[in-house]
Amino acid sequence: MSRLLRLLPLLLLLAGPLRAQEGFETAAAGLSGGFAAQVEAVDRLGALGDPRALPILRALSEGRLQKTPEGVLVIGGQDALTGAPAATASLETVRINNRVRGALRGAFGRLELASFSVAERISAAGGLFRARSPDNIAMLEDALGRESDAAARTAMEQALAASRLAAPEAAVKRQGILLLGGTGSPEARSLLLEARAANPDLAAEIDAAVSAIDGRLQLRRAAETAFQGLSLGSVLLLAALGLAVTFGVMGIINMAHGEMVMLGAYTTVVVQGLLRGTPLAPWALPLSVPAAFLVAAAVGVALERTLIRHLYGRPLETLLMTFGVGMILQQAVRLIFGAQNQEVTSPAWMQGIVTLPGGVEVTQNRLWIILFALLVLAVTVAAIRFTRFGLEMRAVVQNRRIASTMGIRTGRVDAMTFAFGSGIAGMAGVALSQIDNVSPNLGTGYIIDSFMVVVFGGVGSLAGTMIGAFTLGLVNKMLEPWAGAVLAKIAVLVGIMLFIQRRPKGLFALKGRAAEQ
Amino acid sequence: MSATTTLAPPPRLQSALVLRGLLLAGLAILALLPLLNRLPVDSVLHVSDFIVAVTGKWICYGVLALAIDLAWGYAGILSLGHGAFFALGGYAMGMHLMRLIGPRGVYGNPVLPDFMVFLGYAELPWTWWGFSSFPFALLMALLVPGLLAGVVGYLAFRSRITGVYLSIITQAMTYALMLAFFRNDMGFGGNNGFTDFKELLGMPLNSGGTRAMLFYAALAVLGLSLLLCRHITQSKLGRVLVAVRDAESRLRFLGYNTTHVKLSVFVLSAMLAGLAGALYVPLVGIINPGEFSPGNSIEAVIWVAVGGRGTLVGALLGAFSVNALKTWLTSFAPDLWLFVLGGLFVAVTLFLPRGLVGLMSRGPGR
Repeated sequence: MSRLLRLLPLLLLLAGPLRAQEGFETAAAGLSGGFAAQVEAVDRLGALGDPRALPILRALSEGRLQKTPEGVLVIGGQDALTGAPAATASLETVRINNRVRGALRGAFGRLELASFSVAERISAAGGLFRARSPDNIAMLEDALGRESDAAARTAMEQALAASRLAAPEAAVKRQGILLLGGTGSPEARSLLLEARAANPDLAAEIDAAVSAIDGRLQLRRAAETAFQGLSLGSVLLLAALGLAVTFGVMGIINMAHGEMVMLGAYTTVVVQGLLRGTPLAPWALPLSVPAAFLVAAAVGVALERTLIRHLYGRPLETLLMTFGVGMILQQAVRLIFGAQNQEVTSPAWMQGIVTLPGGVEVTQNRLWIILFALLVLAVTVAAIRFTRFGLEMRAVVQNRRIASTMGIRTGRVDAMTFAFGSGIAGMAGVALSQIDNVSPNLGTGYIIDSFMVVVFGGVGSLAGTMIGAFTLGLVNKMLEPWAGAVLAKIAVLVGIMLFIQRRPKGLFALKGRAAEQ
Repeated sequence: MSATTTLAPPPRLQSALVLRGLLLAGLAILALLPLLNRLPVDSVLHVSDFIVAVTGKWICYGVLALAIDLAWGYAGILSLGHGAFFALGGYAMGMHLMRLIGPRGVYGNPVLPDFMVFLGYAELPWTWWGFSSFPFALLMALLVPGLLAGVVGYLAFRSRITGVYLSIITQAMTYALMLAFFRNDMGFGGNNGFTDFKELLGMPLNSGGTRAMLFYAALAVLGLSLLLCRHITQSKLGRVLVAVRDAESRLRFLGYNTTHVKLSVFVLSAMLAGLAGALYVPLVGIINPGEFSPGNSIEAVIWVAVGGRGTLVGALLGAFSVNALKTWLTSFAPDLWLFVLGGLFVAVTLFLPRGLVGLMSRGPGR
């Protein structure tokens, strides 16, 4: 059989387009003959590479192929070649033996490699990779010559390399090793390690190939960790940005900040519920962003004007009071919506997985959240730097009394600033609703992390908040593989405490505010 | 940035006497409870088992409140980690109680507690060595929280982390401990914690007599803690503590080492909280990582705020009244409790900065 396979390209050349049709039918006719004729017919059908042969051969291998006494092939009451209705009387199942089965396996691989569907070609290549028989080399070389899809090519190259590795000639083996060493797949690595024991004379080449693969795998793992770190960092950034405004800029310690995030997430749920069934439904998530900002900002204004205002200059009392407010907000949401998790649907453009160059797979929604976090950061910076409101805010922070004498209504600026910080928290809630459970205690998990980010980055510095968030995210994810998620988190907390020893004011200390009181 | 609430003038002599009388009367009533429990059920003065159990819990909370008051009310250190110190003390005692179960566990292993057999431990981890001895467990209930407070406090006070920053750091510590204790592989029972205790000091825990003994032990500890705190706050150290709270920088310039003062009071306070936890666990018969939740710590702080910080009577008054309110309210309107508790946080900070005691002593208001 193997000799016949090597002749395959030649056969294909000979079988011109005109003769292909005729050849297919005469070859298929052989299936109704004896075992030897069947083997020949299967081999010929495989060599022809006509996708029409695939269902017939599958039926044969599964015992569904029948024949009439005249030798007409029938599948499920239809003529196997023409698809026309066939006689149902005196049908006989076509029997096969192990030799025919062996021939069928080879033909399947070849026919599937020629299939119209990319997925089927890839899976066929995967099957040949696992089979790793030198018999398949010629077939794969031929299929590669015709393949245009990149993913299918990669799979076929791997299968070809694996097949070459199994060849008896050392030169062919070397080719295979080189090819495998050029990939970055763990399967290729284990295949090489297996071959190392059987081929002591090629050990040096194999070792080089394995270390090349290891390097590539390590790089990919590092890239994946980096992405996870960036993703966690963006979540931390979103949660902490609002706090960087209320705590960092205004010095108000708002323990209900997590509940503002939670309110934003619930606003998303409500907006999605309202728009369900309307033409706007696919836009529910983008529309939730301004809605969540407004809801959280409104709650923030109410909180600042009625309660927090009276406690300016008494941070410990503010801390306790806002904690109580958070408790009330949580319980109110729990009573209205119930304690169970709310369902939030992701729009289609946020679902699925993107493969970055180098084989790094990332989920769409994480990618969007990173972009969203950076966007929110940019908007926040722009609002503080370039707007009238930002100017007044900075003036009040720098010197409240002078600002007041210049005609700035400081009370109004306080309320606006607090509303702004709360609104950012609400927008964070929209993003978090996509990756976390929307439940009344959504915010409690983020409040401590957010404070850590702000304290680490430096109170009052947005750049510090950004760098702090991404640093903590990356460090956390880098520690996770060998310490576990919980221990990594604890290690980060301890790390921050030790860091504050060296730089009590965080990474980016503001000058001129260092003096107490 | 530090909390410079002006020191209220001492309550007038008369109201101080009233408060002291109230305190003594309260302690006397508490002391009577287990005796009244022994009266026949149909007697007018009979006190149910439930009341005794619940007040026993409150007594432990009272010790915790004293500890928080010492650190916050006097020295101005608002720790949100006292729930963690309390839980650590509780775990130390829980480990002792687990070791005492011996072969009476479900799996009948004479050495390993049930959860370790279940998780396939071959031998007792080193963290459990020595906990079969009661004095050792009690010592650990004091030392472990003390040591943790010492390390955290040293790092924090040395770099002059004060006010809300310290609160956040201690809360993060509590949170980290909670995450750690929820893990099964820590060897502390994972999220189930410890329960099904059998005996303590040779006395079966389910007997009424043992419960009464534990109740009196807790009450004695409460009394002794009160005396200790009173001794401290009325000594020169107490004056220095108040000075640290109100004007730390000035005190430092006067030549006091405020770091040492704060550190020692913080450690002492943590040990007291650990002791409260150690008393609490045999009384309630269970300890699990939920005790570490940051909410518990902050709730304990609000007891002190409600009662009136800076007065020892206030801390006790707050612990008992808030918990009485909680027990009463959660029995018929559990949904309402969190609103009320949240409302307490808001009302006390806005309207009652000196707590219930301040209301009673009618000192010149803010």
